[in-house]
Amino acid sequence: MIFAAILAGGIGSRMGGTDTPKQFLTLGNKPVIVHTIEKFVINDKIDKIIVLTPQNFISHTNHLIEKYIPNNEDIIVIEGGETRNDTLMSSVNYIEGNFGIDDEAIILTHDSVRPFVTHRIIEDNIDAARKYGACDTVIPATDTIVESINGQTIESIPVRDYYYQGQTPQSFKINKLYNLINSLTEEESKILTDACKIFTLKDEDVHLVKGEVTNIKITYPYDLKLANTILEDIHD
Amino acid sequence: MINIVYRLKSPKFFEEAIDEIDMDGVIVRPTHLSICQADQRYYQGSRPADVLEKKLPMALIHEGIGEVVFDGEGNFKSGDKVVMIPNTPFGEDVCRANYSYSSKFRGSGFDGFTSDLIKMDSDRIVRMPEDFNPNVAAFIELISVAYQGISKFNEIAITPKEALGVWGDGNLGFITALFLKEKFPDSKVMVFGKHMDNLNLFSFADEVYPIHNVPDDLAVDHAFECVGSSASQSAIDQIIDLINPQGTINLFGVSEYPIPINTRMVLEKGLTIQGNSRSEREDFEGVVETLKQNPKLFEYLEKLVTNICEINSLNDLKEAFDKDYISKFGKTILKWNK
Repeated sequence: MIFAAILAGGIGSRMGGTDTPKQFLTLGNKPVIVHTIEKFVINDKIDKIIVLTPQNFISHTNHLIEKYIPNNEDIIVIEGGETRNDTLMSSVNYIEGNFGIDDEAIILTHDSVRPFVTHRIIEDNIDAARKYGACDTVIPATDTIVESINGQTIESIPVRDYYYQGQTPQSFKINKLYNLINSLTEEESKILTDACKIFTLKDEDVHLVKGEVTNIKITYPYDLKLANTILEDIHD
Repeated sequence: MINIVYRLKSPKFFEEAIDEIDMDGVIVRPTHLSICQADQRYYQGSRPADVLEKKLPMALIHEGIGEVVFDGEGNFKSGDKVVMIPNTPFGEDVCRANYSYSSKFRGSGFDGFTSDLIKMDSDRIVRMPEDFNPNVAAFIELISVAYQGISKFNEIAITPKEALGVWGDGNLGFITALFLKEKFPDSKVMVFGKHMDNLNLFSFADEVYPIHNVPDDLAVDHAFECVGSSASQSAIDQIIDLINPQGTINLFGVSEYPIPINTRMVLEKGLTIQGNSRSEREDFEGVVETLKQNPKLFEYLEKLVTNICEINSLNDLKEAFDKDYISKFGKTILKWNK
């Protein structure tokens, strides 16, 4: 089976000026999270879509789905965890408890605040996860990356050609992901906020899937304003 | 649902744009697209400035096939291979929908096919067999234009169809001559062109002639002009000279300039001139059915595939247009991975 986990656990501390998590703010005429879920709903290779939200947003999310994507039995809303890894584990545990996990089972994990993900990226993730076991969606870094340890002076400037910016989805064979997360110490678990990093630290290959510059993450108020401006343009 | 569209912003400059599509129709993922001269004219900026200003930014390409991703109405299932119809009627009309003022055309009146997904009404796609060569199927739209012209010709021609002349040794000339031979196997199909290299590829035709070396006693019953641009003037002149009385002249070639026609001889011979542009659903269905019945046609049509370009980025798309521009003959196919 193929599962999508839409990670909407964040409380949006970087968004500022609002108490509503950014995934529930409006983009065009629908909440950001609805736009994101729709991209997975139309892909019939995906069997179940698990949306992970803070506990106090579960009912709200269910209402939104019922309103905008009615009568869809393949979307399930459950509580996410404290950290990204906890949220990931919540989805994996849910899958194990309700559907079972075989060696072919795949999970696509995607930020709820990346509504511009394309069908092509999702398809490429499914193909790469099936073939290689793990993949990460990336675009080549365009700005020069500068490393500074002390925040005052430059330590080094790595060769940009070797650097990419990570997006989502990140996709995995669930068995592998489950075993690796369970093998982390409590200390490691706190530091390793990125599932792909867990794979690379445990010497597992993570394949690159080409992302898109448009697949932005709505993190700051500016991002949402920009996205809304572009969408308003087409409605004129 | 949010969709990413790749539009021509100004000549030779593509950009990503965000669009929103409803989920009430059929959602198709484009797989193989084909560049038409009309796209090239936008890309090169050779349309008049006021036209470019009015129409751009716009996604180009109106020839293509794709796979159904989602159909809320359940007429299609995910993975179905389909040909996309670029003409989009808005309401009924007394004429064919491809000539109706109220129809809109993709890559001309609104966005063409270069996008992540395309939403189409279910009557704007035609299911095609899995085993069709996708590089040929990509330009079924162009074939359907020839097909509808031939169907219309068949309705109006009253004199014999023994000798059919096709002017133009490009893609449309090739397709029109091939489908004339398919539909009228007993007719003599003659092709008139300027480039012997191209004419040599018309091996299915009964005769090919360089336009400057046509026998004096040669005559045609009906003619098909597939030349276009300012050169269509000399082609139409030659047609009027060679055509038998009450023949039909079927025009297909697009010109940016008005073309003078020797009306005196049109009157004297009682000729009928019929214009052809675009096509409608029945023409797409007709082409798919014809190709199903006679798969050998693929062998001929494959000769037209001169460039196959993998499109992973907007730069790839630009390179494909540049490559197409310098190709003297044939179609540039875009394997759409963007």
